[in-house]
Amino acid sequence: MPTQAEVFQKVQTALVDALAVDEADVTPEATIVGDLGAESIDFLDIVFRLEKAFGIEIPRAELFPEDILANAEYVKDGRVMASGISELKKRMPFADLSKFESNPVVQEFANQLTVNDLCRYVGGKVGAN
Amino acid sequence: MRWFWIDRFLEFERAKRAVAIKNISLAEDYLTDYMPGYPVYPQALVVEGLAQTGGLLAGEVNGFRERVVLAKVAKAEFHLLARPGDTLTYEAILEDVKSSGAICRGISRRGDQIQAEVELMFAHLDDRFQGVDLFEPAAFLGMLRQLGVFAVGRKADGSPLDVPPHMLQAVRG
Repeated sequence: MPTQAEVFQKVQTALVDALAVDEADVTPEATIVGDLGAESIDFLDIVFRLEKAFGIEIPRAELFPEDILANAEYVKDGRVMASGISELKKRMPFADLSKFESNPVVQEFANQLTVNDLCRYVGGKVGAN
Repeated sequence: MRWFWIDRFLEFERAKRAVAIKNISLAEDYLTDYMPGYPVYPQALVVEGLAQTGGLLAGEVNGFRERVVLAKVAKAEFHLLARPGDTLTYEAILEDVKSSGAICRGISRRGDQIQAEVELMFAHLDDRFQGVDLFEPAAFLGMLRQLGVFAVGRKADGSPLDVPPHMLQAVRG
């Protein structure tokens, strides 16, 4: 069972390799899109490397809740409603959605995912202590 | 135009490794402009050739049922310029294949000199791309045969690769 530190190391390596950034840039609070410059195709690369590094399967919908963000039940005028926020929280318990909650613009969703969120997600899957 | 940037497979080991050659000819049209008076083989077409070698290798793993596209060129290093009259040998090594795609390392050689090295990522088009066919089945099978995939292709146990039944069916109708 890997430790949190070991999880962070491997996530950091995956991001350095996929995004061609320096280790120093990959801090826990760094956002994958905003700070590390990830584009949509990079997410496939990141998922690939994480699956390989940790021996896990990462279903798309767990990290990219497109079905919620595109659902008229949960989204109105490009903003996620309270019902959508609670669905997102259920789907992604590892993510800190507080910033997004204060300004729930759909387009901004991808921008708020942090390195920490990824570490918590992976940690949850491998039972890290 | 015929978008073949490899001429023939020399080796094809299912899910592991493939080797193909590209003979560069002075007759290739774009050389008029690249570059005027000094024809050189564009490095972008070396990447394409390595991608075709690796992409077909990745596609064969699932009997060509997945729609394989080149998604990302993670690394590309070019050591020398290839020129008309050269034969480039492309080696594609499949590092990993998953349901979402594959990662492949590619090395282009001119004789025993390393001409270029790339790291490629392929994606399998998923259900967001419903009903999109990349190739017409008969044409695709024809292309695989022309390239010698089934002539040199081998499974892990050394036995020859077979044409996937769904492709034969599509051709026979």
